[in-house]
Amino acid sequence: MIELIDGYYAYWFCFLLLTIGLYGMLLKRNLVKKVIGLSVFQSAIILFFIIAAYKDGSTVPVIDPRIGSDQPAAYINPLPHTLMLTAIVVGVATLGVAFALLIRIHGKYRTLDEDQLIERMK
Amino acid sequence: MIPEHLAVLSIVLYFIGALLIPLLARFARGMSWTLAVATSGGIFILNLAGIGGVLAAGSIRYAVGGWAPPIGIELVLDPLSAFFVLMMSGLACLVLVHSRRLVPEELPGRVTVYYSASLLMLGALTGIVLTGDLFNLYVFLEIAALAGYALLGAGTARAAVATFRYLILGTVGASLYLLGLGFLYLASGTLNMADLSAITDVTGLEPLMVIGLVFIVAGMGLKMALFPLHLWLPDVYASAPSTSTSLIAPLGTKVAAYVLIRILFYVMDPDIIRYELPFTTVLGLLGAVGIIWGSIMAIAQTDLRRMLAYSSIAQIGYIALGIGLGNVHGFIGAILHALNHACMKAGLFLVSGNLRAAGRSQEIAALDHTLQRTMPWTTAGFTLAALSMIGLPPLAGFFSKWYLLLGSWEKSNWIFIIVIVVSSLLNAVYFFRVIERLYLPKGDVKPAKDDPAGAPAVRLDRHFTLVVPVVVIGAGLLLLGLANLAIVRVLIQPMLPEGF
Repeated sequence: MIELIDGYYAYWFCFLLLTIGLYGMLLKRNLVKKVIGLSVFQSAIILFFIIAAYKDGSTVPVIDPRIGSDQPAAYINPLPHTLMLTAIVVGVATLGVAFALLIRIHGKYRTLDEDQLIERMK
Repeated sequence: MIPEHLAVLSIVLYFIGALLIPLLARFARGMSWTLAVATSGGIFILNLAGIGGVLAAGSIRYAVGGWAPPIGIELVLDPLSAFFVLMMSGLACLVLVHSRRLVPEELPGRVTVYYSASLLMLGALTGIVLTGDLFNLYVFLEIAALAGYALLGAGTARAAVATFRYLILGTVGASLYLLGLGFLYLASGTLNMADLSAITDVTGLEPLMVIGLVFIVAGMGLKMALFPLHLWLPDVYASAPSTSTSLIAPLGTKVAAYVLIRILFYVMDPDIIRYELPFTTVLGLLGAVGIIWGSIMAIAQTDLRRMLAYSSIAQIGYIALGIGLGNVHGFIGAILHALNHACMKAGLFLVSGNLRAAGRSQEIAALDHTLQRTMPWTTAGFTLAALSMIGLPPLAGFFSKWYLLLGSWEKSNWIFIIVIVVSSLLNAVYFFRVIERLYLPKGDVKPAKDDPAGAPAVRLDRHFTLVVPVVVIGAGLLLLGLANLAIVRVLIQPMLPEGF
């Protein structure tokens, strides 16, 4: 059991974050809190990629004259970081669209609480 | 020069169109529709050339920016993707033609933005189909989704509420795909589909990859509204502007199904997926439950568009069932049904758009036989599409169900056979309810009293942009049905994955 946890703290933390995000999206009644949950969920996935790219004892992926370019193991894999840059941009765009929809909803129904919203939509 | 660029041209042209529309609108008002239709029509012709080229000379692989795969991003036009791209561009063109009157009516003042967003979404959907890179697929998935939220939520505040729910679930779906992709990348070290396929041939399917696949299947299941992940769909389809629904209902969910097929049967080894892991079993069973559930819920609806939305969930079930069968006939059935259902649903939602354009309500109870005189082409189109949906030969819908039945028969899967037959009966129940209202006068009304026979009725579907797409789709369904053997032989047989 302990070997499942030891050395994998970061992953456990990451999946805890995922669960918190999912909880926020599914069970919170306020729409803004749902968006916050969504953001937490996306950040957890971004962290997951960053954690996976990390290697103990290696350095940033910029060629260091003391190490040279013939030891790839001495550098961290830069690809997940670049992927996550794109994912962050996507996440920001999603938040933008979500808030635009929320402004529209609030303008019409004057509430962002899901129970009240359902009542006023009838 | 053009042939080797066919894989990238349609994506680029859609995006250029999306950029040109707002620019052009500054100089010439009312050009947005023309430009959108011209772009999608041109792309349809390019894709016709593309599928011809692929069938004659094999797949076209295009390295974006000159970076050779597996490091660079690759676009692949093979028989499967060429088929889907052709179907999508053809339907998109018809729906955009149809939108001429509806978009200015439903979204006054936002026409330019609307067409720009719809071309953006079409380009991204095409990108999902054509890309050979897993992460690139995620990016296109999100572009398509964001443009789609804009299209769906543009109308009423009710649509905004439904779209917000869709946004939450859709983003979860895409994020799950991203997480699954992370697992696949960690296990293999590559993002290129062909490269990943070659690596898994050597290493087999590692546990890490299986976890990744589970996340990907769950994410795509959400996107394609597979039962029980379908809850976002009916509200969105029923409240969105009619053109958005006609555009997204036939295409959006099919593309998610395409991603499933691509990853399970082409990137991974189909034998492992079919025989060693329960992916196909689960997909098939969920599809079967979805078929029955969607059909029953469709019967219970009083609103035409909600009924069509629930029927979409049932039809997605057929595609999942075909994937789940995992044999040749099941695969053919799934692909053929993706094509047929896209055409039928586009036709049915266009009819619902025609009703709205004529100022009629979407309530089924408000439909009556006068429509048959005022909008004869529209009701004829509806009837053809509905009969095809039920599965009457020689309409297209019959043949895809036939292949699914054959596939179930081969696997001696009696449950699936019963599900397909029962669901056809349920389809008949909810579609004949509408057809009856359209064609048979109610018993207590004397038809010829204040409306002498021969008097010219007021035609409500006069504008050709409203009629032509519906008629083309209706005729197309007949044609697809009659030509189904040729379609299966020429188009679908070459795309069968290795090992089938």
